[in-house]
Amino acid sequence: MIEALLQYFKENYLPYVWAVVIVAVLPLLAGYVVLMERKIMADMQVRLGPMRVGPHGLLQPIADAVKLLMKEDIIPEGVDFWIFWLAPLLSVGAALLAYAALAIGPAFQIADLNIGLLFILAISSMGIYGIILGGWSSNNNYSMLGALRSSAQLISYETAAGFALIGGLLLAGSLSMKQIVLAQQQQQIWFIVLAPIGFFIYLVGSIAETNRAPFDLPEAESELVAGYMTEYSGFRWALYFLAEYANMIVVASVATTLFLGGWLRPFSNVRALDFLDYAPALLTLLVAGYCFYRTPRQPVQVQKLVMAAVGLLCLLVAAILGGAAALQAGPVREGILGAFWFLAKVFAYIYAFMWVRFTFPRYRFDQLMRLGWQFLIPVSIINVMALGLGLVLHRQMGWMLVPALLLVNLIVLLIAAWFATAGERREAAPESGA
Amino acid sequence: MIPTSYYLILSLALLTIGVIGVLTRRNVIIVLMSIELILNAVNINLIAFSRHFGSVDGQVFAIFVITAAAAEAAIGLGIIIAFFRNRETVLADEMDLLKW
Amino acid sequence: MVNQFLFYFFAAMAVISAVLVVTVRNAVHSAIFLITSLLSTAGIYLLLQAQFLFAVQIILYVGGIMVLFVFVIMLVNLDVAVRQIQFNRQKWVAGLVTLAVAALLGMVILQGSQAFTLADGRAPALDPQNTERVGEVLFQKYMLPFEIASILLLVALIGAVVMAKKRI
Repeated sequence: MIEALLQYFKENYLPYVWAVVIVAVLPLLAGYVVLMERKIMADMQVRLGPMRVGPHGLLQPIADAVKLLMKEDIIPEGVDFWIFWLAPLLSVGAALLAYAALAIGPAFQIADLNIGLLFILAISSMGIYGIILGGWSSNNNYSMLGALRSSAQLISYETAAGFALIGGLLLAGSLSMKQIVLAQQQQQIWFIVLAPIGFFIYLVGSIAETNRAPFDLPEAESELVAGYMTEYSGFRWALYFLAEYANMIVVASVATTLFLGGWLRPFSNVRALDFLDYAPALLTLLVAGYCFYRTPRQPVQVQKLVMAAVGLLCLLVAAILGGAAALQAGPVREGILGAFWFLAKVFAYIYAFMWVRFTFPRYRFDQLMRLGWQFLIPVSIINVMALGLGLVLHRQMGWMLVPALLLVNLIVLLIAAWFATAGERREAAPESGA
Repeated sequence: MIPTSYYLILSLALLTIGVIGVLTRRNVIIVLMSIELILNAVNINLIAFSRHFGSVDGQVFAIFVITAAAAEAAIGLGIIIAFFRNRETVLADEMDLLKW
Repeated sequence: MVNQFLFYFFAAMAVISAVLVVTVRNAVHSAIFLITSLLSTAGIYLLLQAQFLFAVQIILYVGGIMVLFVFVIMLVNLDVAVRQIQFNRQKWVAGLVTLAVAALLGMVILQGSQAFTLADGRAPALDPQNTERVGEVLFQKYMLPFEIASILLLVALIGAVVMAKKRI
């Protein structure tokens, strides 16, 4: 009787529960990604970052959220009010809706759509309207320019990123996010090994998709104030900001699912390395230990309490992970451990985003467009053709999978190098001719 | 189970509104948008029949219709931009260069 | 039951948005209502179990063609145009004739609706392989139209670039 009730609940209401959980938890997660970015920026610039609000700045996102909520809602004169109101909603709506198709664990998904990947691509292309309409409705020339540049950049790199995803799709054979990870489990190899150039193109494309440096000319402060976000303040701006970081997490999740093996543990089919299942628990235990070690050294009583609380939280998570690893192989064990590995890979990808941001200077807009149209799109098309060729070599002619794909990837790399030096050859030619 | 004729009536409604838009508005861009409405109505018709007969051919045809719509919208908008640069107007009534 | 509600919801939204596309003054508002209409149509495709077309409609139509429209509207947006008369001189005749033809077509559909109910019994169950089937048919049976469509797109690309250039 309880079984039947649970089954009914699971089939009909569980997706709604997951949806509410994601909409409630995600802004908090995005806020902590912002804190993570500020801390990593500080680390790379040899300073400490936010340290004041809460121990080591851990309560900073909450302070920021409260401040933004309480700011005055300024609406400039001459704006088209309904479009001004609608634009941030479109951005945030598109970013949050994409979570419906992501597969965090084998049973940890809101909707296992059979066109999951295509759905996420479609929703991402809806997010562009938030930018265009926001810039246009602001009654400000610079916002308009920023919006036009930003959306031109987005639609250019969307094509290249889509083609790169097709590479992973060819290897997986299905559009469903869950099937893609299961294909990686069956073939016992992560697709990044089989299609590294596709992964690289997707990395660059997704950095441009989310308007991150070095492709952030449309929203750089020294260029266009804040581009399309200039006239937005308070909560509306918080929505745009949330949309940007939620988008980052979505593209990281797509890359993780397609190229990095989703929820699979590294070497998930090698039984000898099964002790790695206890690694998450051990890691969290170490973090908890560090928190307790730093507790007496905090200057203020409140910070000591918060630090101890964080330590206890880490201990709880370690207990859950350890307990899950000790269980029999089943949905609960796979779900919890899979969620840990998935989130670890997503955060590694986001760390790569931030690393690139604080290392490279910004691209000028024409350089950006040239990179997108004259390098990334041709190379990604050739990548798709080459992966198709590699799969034909493997399936029809019986070559082994890894050597065949390594060969075709090498060919694509040579062609990409040729494309990359095209600019220098173009400049060198008139000198020798004229 | 929605009968196919309901989808055909919906397609007819969208077609009518699109045709009224093409014949009635002065702003050329809105005329182009009404043409997109007409193409959309045709797509609904094609896909409704595709489901009715259980074959995928209607959906393939709809993909080609979307492709043709994209091509036509791109060129139409290019023409409007070129004309706007010369005459500073987007109203169909004022595009009368060939009138004697 | 949910299907019925969704059909009426999407159909109503599509028709109301279409009417608003054709009647509002401001071209940007008109574009936004067209986006809403296209999204409702995508929902209708999903109800008709055309999952691949649903995604393609949103990616291409809403995310590509309408972005192009919105860009061009912003480039040619004249404040003067909003205050002028929006409908031309033949609006009454045009409306009358169109409604007459629509009434005729509607009558044809309703008279023939018995013919459509014949095959409703064998409407297919939900097909999780819809994308695969569309792909198979597209690349085997309809390969020639596919290649011609790609040449059409190339021609449109070159044409649009040449049209919009300041000096050819």
